[in-house]
Amino acid sequence: MRLELGIIKTKDVQFGEETIIKDGTLYVNKNELIGLALQDGRLSEADVELARPGEEVRIIPIKDVIEPRVKVSGSGELFPGVIGKMGTVGSGRTNVLRGAALATVGRIIGFQEGFIDMTGPGAQYTPFSQTNNVVLILHPIDGLAPHAHEEAVRLAGLRAAAYLGKAGKDVAPDELEVYELSPVTNTILPRVAYVYTLLSEGLLHDTYLYGVDVKKLLPTLIHPNEVMDGAIVSGNCVSACDKHTTYHHLNNPLIKELYRRHGEDLNFIGVVTTNLNVTLADKERSTDYASKLVKLIRAKGAIVTEEGFGNPDTDLMMLCKKMEVYGIKTVLITDEFAGGDGGSQSLADAVPQADAVISVGNANEVITLPPMKHIIGDLKSAEVISGGFVGCVTAGGGLNIEIQSIMGSTCQLGFGKLTARGY
Amino acid sequence: MADKKYRVVHYLNQFYAGIGGEAKANIPPLIKEGVVGPGVPLQQALGEEGEIIATVICGDSYFAENIETAAEKVVESVSSHAPDVFVAGPAFNAGRYGIACGAACSAVSKNLGIPVVTAMYEENPALELYRKEVYIIPTANSVRGMKDAIPNMAGFVRKLGLGQSIGLPDEEGYFPRGIRVNQFADRTGAERAVDMLLAKLKGEPFQTEYLMPTFEQIPPSPAIKDLTSATIALVTSGGIVPLGNPDRIEAASASKFVEYNIAKVDDLTAGAYQTCHGGYDPTYANEDPDRVLPLDAMRTLEKDGTIGRLHHLYYVTVGNATSVANAQKFGKEIAERLKEAGVGGVVLTST
Repeated sequence: MRLELGIIKTKDVQFGEETIIKDGTLYVNKNELIGLALQDGRLSEADVELARPGEEVRIIPIKDVIEPRVKVSGSGELFPGVIGKMGTVGSGRTNVLRGAALATVGRIIGFQEGFIDMTGPGAQYTPFSQTNNVVLILHPIDGLAPHAHEEAVRLAGLRAAAYLGKAGKDVAPDELEVYELSPVTNTILPRVAYVYTLLSEGLLHDTYLYGVDVKKLLPTLIHPNEVMDGAIVSGNCVSACDKHTTYHHLNNPLIKELYRRHGEDLNFIGVVTTNLNVTLADKERSTDYASKLVKLIRAKGAIVTEEGFGNPDTDLMMLCKKMEVYGIKTVLITDEFAGGDGGSQSLADAVPQADAVISVGNANEVITLPPMKHIIGDLKSAEVISGGFVGCVTAGGGLNIEIQSIMGSTCQLGFGKLTARGY
Repeated sequence: MADKKYRVVHYLNQFYAGIGGEAKANIPPLIKEGVVGPGVPLQQALGEEGEIIATVICGDSYFAENIETAAEKVVESVSSHAPDVFVAGPAFNAGRYGIACGAACSAVSKNLGIPVVTAMYEENPALELYRKEVYIIPTANSVRGMKDAIPNMAGFVRKLGLGQSIGLPDEEGYFPRGIRVNQFADRTGAERAVDMLLAKLKGEPFQTEYLMPTFEQIPPSPAIKDLTSATIALVTSGGIVPLGNPDRIEAASASKFVEYNIAKVDDLTAGAYQTCHGGYDPTYANEDPDRVLPLDAMRTLEKDGTIGRLHHLYYVTVGNATSVANAQKFGKEIAERLKEAGVGGVVLTST
């Protein structure tokens, strides 16, 4: 399975009469994009705004961020089983508008949307301050139930990203990223697996694999290329800091790093996706099954990434314990909820086997952010999203808020450089 | 360089201040201008940049028995001198002194917002009580470590006095406080994770970024079905021993536990038993050792048939600054012996 990502470096985004890419600028036909979104009768209103790196813009509340892409060759379509026809993705050519992103914004759905500052001290916590963002603002019809609202916004975002991506179909990429899990002849290299936990608590905390709601999934083996090519999409309204947006899934940094070192330092043998359900029986079943799969593919080592926090800490610890009992050396990536003063215990669960942990930061840290000249969305929603509180919006329009509310600030795929250290 | 010296107030107990030993342990806080006792070498180590302007002194027993009042009085005295830094100790392994140092630092920090530091031995019980709020520098377990403690404390006081930022525990030489602080690393979490896994696979050293709190889960035994036929034993970490402490259990950091036969004893009396525990005022325990090891009450329960019988041996150690590792070891051995003897339940008293 060989996947070529044709990287089209997108340096700017502008409105235009036609949605095209010209000299590294993505031009967007606003009306077409709005019309596309309103094809879903559950949405009553739509608008589009643009936000570029360095601009004094705050975008809030954001549900998902998606990288615009298009399948050029190979089986499957973008986001198969969701908006694309079913077919295995992960091979052939996919063109990527690298440097562009589509963000869905609108009336709050689940209290766990987040925000992005395009400049200032908040910008360093989110990768989306560095992307040229097409912001799709969506409002539901009156009386729409939250789960239907979530679905409508999710699908509208994915369709919009696919629409923008199509502009790159016939553009010659600036560079090619090639992903091919070639067999490793050096048998000394350790066999390493990746255990990819996906939030599936229900009630707006869901993830889809080829369109399947993963809470109904038994853990399963997947080729890393499938992930890199759109097999997993977010339907998730868990806290902004550590939910994996669809953008994060498409650009899973751990898969990239394991690929980079494949054949050199290690033998990357595959990805096991598993869920993060709420009942104890589900947790036992899924962690039993996932650890068994990792053993079946004869991994010597594994890295587990978490999504969300609290309840999923238990799944993380169960996976760690069960794999270590099998003799599989395990590393965990998690964020911390150590309180505003950093003095509390950080996780809701712990096992002694978890002796190798990467911390991607304390999400409870409160930061003070200056006002921005322009707000896309609704600043007052800061008071109800996770990490905010009543009074967190200052008189001048600044914020006193936990980094929990910033999109991807403590991404547990290891996307960023934030960590927490013990003082 | 600032021409103004930073001002330091130092805290000492009555012993290090040269006022007296246990007999003077009840003196309430007082303040003296200038340096006292270990303050002399501390001032030398600070050099010209800082000055110890006053020393607060308090008796260990007074502090231990009146923690809140004592801390308040310390804050009052310190406040009138408006220092830039407050430093206490070193307390080494002295439990009451350690608690006084920790509590005084904590109160000064909270009430006056002044940076504080103290120093003590790693097994001093005050470490766990105050490490979160107060910078605590490691020392040896006794006054023999004064020579090393002074320059370490002086270096830290200097940093605080000059308003310099305090780095990681390993770099700065203080006990980790368990405060999590966000920082940007050089590399992404994904890169660090793969490196850590490779190190772990090769058996090479690596440092986890979050140390798991490890709790030893001890499931409680099922309830005793019939107390009237059960054998109950007495176990204490309160140091109750036959007069003269024949087996020489240490007053702190106990290295052993001992079993004593009480088959022919109904009451622990002042002339026959005592406590050897060094961490609390022994007056009341020595007056009536039943207060710590309630043998008289157990005999009553035995006579009226509430319990089957009292085990003829009791087990004793001293919990004062005793390490967790030793405490676990003692506990296991005592439990094994009790189980072998068919004991069904234990009354465990601590102090």
